Amino acid sequence: MSQLFGVSRRQIIRGLLATGAFGLTAKLGTGCTASSTGSSAESGSGGKDEPMTIGFIYVGPKDDYGYNQAHAEGAAAMAKKFSWVKLVEEANVPETTAVAESMRSMIDIDGAKALFPTSFGYYDPHILELAVDYPDVQFFHAGGLYKEGSTPKNIGSYYGYIDEAQYIAGIVAGLTSKTGKLGFVAAKPIPQVLRNVNSFTLGARSVKPSVTTQVVFTGNWAEPIKEAEATNSMADQGIDVVTCHVDSPKVVMETAEKRGIFSSGYHANQLALAPKGYLTGAEWDWSNIYSQLAEEMHSGKKLMDGGISHILRGGLKEGFCKVSDYGVAVSSDTKQKADAVKAQFMDGSMVIYKGEIKDNKGNVVVAASESLKQQDPKLEQMNYLVEGVVGSIGS
Amino acid sequence: MAEGLGWWGVPLAIVAGTMRGGTPFLFVSLGECLTEKSGKINLGLEGTLLTGAMTAYGTSYLTGSPWLGILAAGLAGLVLGSIHGWLSQQYRVNDVAVGIAMIIFGSGIAFFFGKPFIQPSAPQLPTLNLAGSAVSPAVEAALQISPLFLLGIALAPLMTWFFKSTRWGLYVRAVGDSPDAARAMGVSIFKVRMLSIMAGSFLAGIGGAALSLYYPGVWTERISSGQGLMAVALVIFARWNPIMCLWASLLFGGAQALGPALQSVGIKQGYYLFNAAPYVLTLLIMILTCSPKRTLAGVPGALGIDN
Repeated sequence: MSQLFGVSRRQIIRGLLATGAFGLTAKLGTGCTASSTGSSAESGSGGKDEPMTIGFIYVGPKDDYGYNQAHAEGAAAMAKKFSWVKLVEEANVPETTAVAESMRSMIDIDGAKALFPTSFGYYDPHILELAVDYPDVQFFHAGGLYKEGSTPKNIGSYYGYIDEAQYIAGIVAGLTSKTGKLGFVAAKPIPQVLRNVNSFTLGARSVKPSVTTQVVFTGNWAEPIKEAEATNSMADQGIDVVTCHVDSPKVVMETAEKRGIFSSGYHANQLALAPKGYLTGAEWDWSNIYSQLAEEMHSGKKLMDGGISHILRGGLKEGFCKVSDYGVAVSSDTKQKADAVKAQFMDGSMVIYKGEIKDNKGNVVVAASESLKQQDPKLEQMNYLVEGVVGSIGS
Repeated sequence: MAEGLGWWGVPLAIVAGTMRGGTPFLFVSLGECLTEKSGKINLGLEGTLLTGAMTAYGTSYLTGSPWLGILAAGLAGLVLGSIHGWLSQQYRVNDVAVGIAMIIFGSGIAFFFGKPFIQPSAPQLPTLNLAGSAVSPAVEAALQISPLFLLGIALAPLMTWFFKSTRWGLYVRAVGDSPDAARAMGVSIFKVRMLSIMAGSFLAGIGGAALSLYYPGVWTERISSGQGLMAVALVIFARWNPIMCLWASLLFGGAQALGPALQSVGIKQGYYLFNAAPYVLTLLIMILTCSPKRTLAGVPGALGIDN
């Protein structure tokens, strides 16, 4: 019978053995570090120095001058602070079923009790599905859209209001620009990106109402050639300050410096890449929040019973983000004005989205009587570009 | 600071894009052209491109000389090519399968050794400024031409001449078209193919150097984004003719600039569609030039046949 397909029985057995052996080694191979031994059933409620495995997953390399580097630095700071944290990390995991596999192996093989899959696209559907399969594991997602009731209880969402730093960067850009035209290289038109574009523009227009921001969407988080082309095209159009929201701002900063225009950084400090034109930048500071979460989990608090809040948010005041030191091209007058607004953010009196704000099609998006605080869930569903932004979010 | 160029920015970006973005396509497609003329396919050039980009950047950073970086990138390509050349000519080994393995191997090598070079800034290749000082800065920036681009342009007619008019070119064509005839001539098929694949990979390595040392001028793991594979397809598109490879590379380089340039002048709709322009163009040209009556013109007779 086994001759039916022109394959002998011996060949079939050999094939089965080979695939079995391959599967075994592949399964073992993914468990990058030695798995924790004491993974008992009562998770998280352990004693004082019981080790806790925490998994981090990044969409790109850990040292990209950008988004992933900021998260990896935060994770490293947390692991350094607490000796009982065992950090397992995986970089370059695409936003496909690959991340589900990574999460599964971190939980099943490494015994991770908490996962931080950091990229936006991991959330829906991968984290949502895994959270149902592993109700004892706590998932924390940067920028996730937690909805009370419908989202599984073991998912927490944390994010910084980095648009506060972008607002200040916008003030600096607006005051420094000579042509009154700013540029924004953006990856995808999702709420977090739009919020940065809008806050940057509102900041600039708060000091000089005639300023416009040209936005160019590249379509993906890491498109080095398109990012360079976008920066060059903007310089051709007379734009003299560019900033960006892509995974690694390196290309944008270096191209801007080559073209002799100003740049404003994102994610991390990029002064070294553009010593002449770097004005300032919006940087993440994840080490505080990661340390805080690890400590809370270690002391037995859980997302599931409400011990840890499902939505963690903070801005400049709470230390989730910071503004880069001003570059050489920033005048002292500009510095003063920017610092004054920064002080307002620090004492909590500053509200970016207060009426009346129109979108760039003329519709009123924030009514004159409204004042949307940063925590307002309306802002997390942003789907408009404010007046003064040149561009469209339609694909 | 220049005033805005307005609509003139679009053709300018495309012209500049052909020269900036077309350079890696040019080197990889010329390398693949040489390889395929000898009757073997090397899909692994995507991996070679990445290894070349990483080696060039790393060498330039460590030694301070971008020219040494280019040489090192070529040599790294040469080594990968020799692996492919030897493996793909073993008995009953399929060169497409080896090529896919080499894509994974080449990119793995590049990512592994490239980790420490993602952050630092390496010295870049100097550019030749074709424009005088009288023109606007936008035009001046567009005319910053890499010497690598000029080298690539010179290489295309040189390769045509090599195939047409030299004894070595005849050997390569004979091995690719009719291995039996070549064997009868007393030519070693193994050696000719080995050398063709190695030389082709050398060129692809230099293409990688153009990515990391000229435009966009950084080393990241996403730097090639499939350009190596696209360049392999370009060779079929160009009918195995080096001069046509040149035009095809320029076309694809320019098409990359289309999406961002149109957005920056205010065309707001359909940027995903503009980004897909090169692929749509390929499909269109393939459909327009195909014919049920004949096979592809110019295809080497023994391409991809195990022997």
